[in-house]
Amino acid sequence: MAKKEYAFYPGCSSQKGASASNYLTSVNAMCDKLDVTLTEIPDWNCCGASIGYAEGGELPRLALSARNFALAETHMPGKQMVATCAACWLAQREVKERIDHSEVLLKETNEALAAAGLQYQGTTPIRHMVEVLVEDLGYDALKQPVVKPLEGIKFAGYVGCQTNRPFGIAGESFENPVYLDKLVETVGGEAVPYDQKVTCCGGALAFSEPEKSQKQIRDIVESAYDHGAEMIVTPCPLCQANVEIYQSEINKKQGTKFSMPVLYYSQLMTVAYGGSAKEAGLDGQLIKATRLEEIAKK
Amino acid sequence: MTTANQTAIAKYKNSFLKEVEANVEEGHWVRMCMQCGVCAGSCPLGNAWAHPPQEIFMMIRAGKREEVLGSDAMWMCTSCYNCIVRCPRKLPITHIMHGLANYAHRLGLAPKGQPTQATATLFWNNLIKKGRVNELTFSLALYFKDGFVQGIKNALNMQAVGLGLMKAKRLNPMEILGGHGVKDQSGLQAMIAKAREIEDRKKGFAK
Repeated sequence: MAKKEYAFYPGCSSQKGASASNYLTSVNAMCDKLDVTLTEIPDWNCCGASIGYAEGGELPRLALSARNFALAETHMPGKQMVATCAACWLAQREVKERIDHSEVLLKETNEALAAAGLQYQGTTPIRHMVEVLVEDLGYDALKQPVVKPLEGIKFAGYVGCQTNRPFGIAGESFENPVYLDKLVETVGGEAVPYDQKVTCCGGALAFSEPEKSQKQIRDIVESAYDHGAEMIVTPCPLCQANVEIYQSEINKKQGTKFSMPVLYYSQLMTVAYGGSAKEAGLDGQLIKATRLEEIAKK
Repeated sequence: MTTANQTAIAKYKNSFLKEVEANVEEGHWVRMCMQCGVCAGSCPLGNAWAHPPQEIFMMIRAGKREEVLGSDAMWMCTSCYNCIVRCPRKLPITHIMHGLANYAHRLGLAPKGQPTQATATLFWNNLIKKGRVNELTFSLALYFKDGFVQGIKNALNMQAVGLGLMKAKRLNPMEILGGHGVKDQSGLQAMIAKAREIEDRKKGFAK
């Protein structure tokens, strides 16, 4: 397989000691096996996430993502930019679309960027890691390194919102995307039918409207149990955090007995590719994925 | 009442729609809504708000300025983008809701103590301080936003979750000392200040 190289935008939650640090650990291990090189964009900044709009408004938010593009264009010309976080990818893509289609906003954004000594050119596309996997490599290539197929484990593929809407992965439907199920099957697992596949977990409102958000999370977890899944798998850091972390809160308040591990696709792939539990970031689970740990140990 | 609010009322007194079109992010789409209600039926928090999007759009066209800008409706947006992908007229509804929320907040008309508004302000201030979000100081600021006593209660309530995350190395207590950030903090802050200055001038927020 030819070596592939990208300008990498890890995002705040992937940093050491942050809520999705185990996502990055597993992505690094997965990319090693696939001969994909991720070179971090120097001095990247927060994209504003899905709640930045309310205080940040429009142009300051556009400037944040434009700065990341400008840094990638300056320091890593010709490289495509890749994000692992759903919200980072979405924010960057939205901003690119907005300023590429408006001369006024482009001019104003560059006026702001000039204050940081930078300029946005619009030459670098932004991709999600899932796009790199399914489009640049393809399912066949993703199957080749499998040495420990995840046989007999049933997964609920929880796609969530922001890798699915409004852009999504090309060729997938908004209501029933299948790429995640296909990734599960590629590494030998079983993808169960799952009717909460694209349900919102509440996003950032998990902080501000916990009860409303936990109602969403309850549906997501309950449906995974109803369909016989042992674990949930997702491509989104906020989905992972919300759906895993708040199960104990829901148990406390509502008397449920949820204990459903919530994994990233990259953790499944790392284990199937022969990586250790540590390389797969399984030590970062609040609800342990015991059967995956067992396979990793074999 | 803020000066920006008074200026906006005087300038657009007969047309709230024109005000929204001029000052709200993606507001020029509001007139395209055909009132089908698919957005209302697609919203995960649809039952939590007084006015679903299509109602907000009609209220804008009917000139119901105070009711719209003072509503908690747009603060219920989780950014799930269901409304955008299902809208038969392709209105960027999520962005319009975000734009309305921001406009109401900047005019000082958002409902007092609205929890998502307060959270969003804490989040933004946290991220522009060092250019990257500090999850620890953001969580602590959230717990303590309603005072010290409530803050201690909130922190104790979430103690098990916090300790679990620390044990899993997904929350670092040392972040309290500053934590991650960009190197060019002065450049980033100058950029944000410039962007804010341009936007304020355009949308009538300039002092």
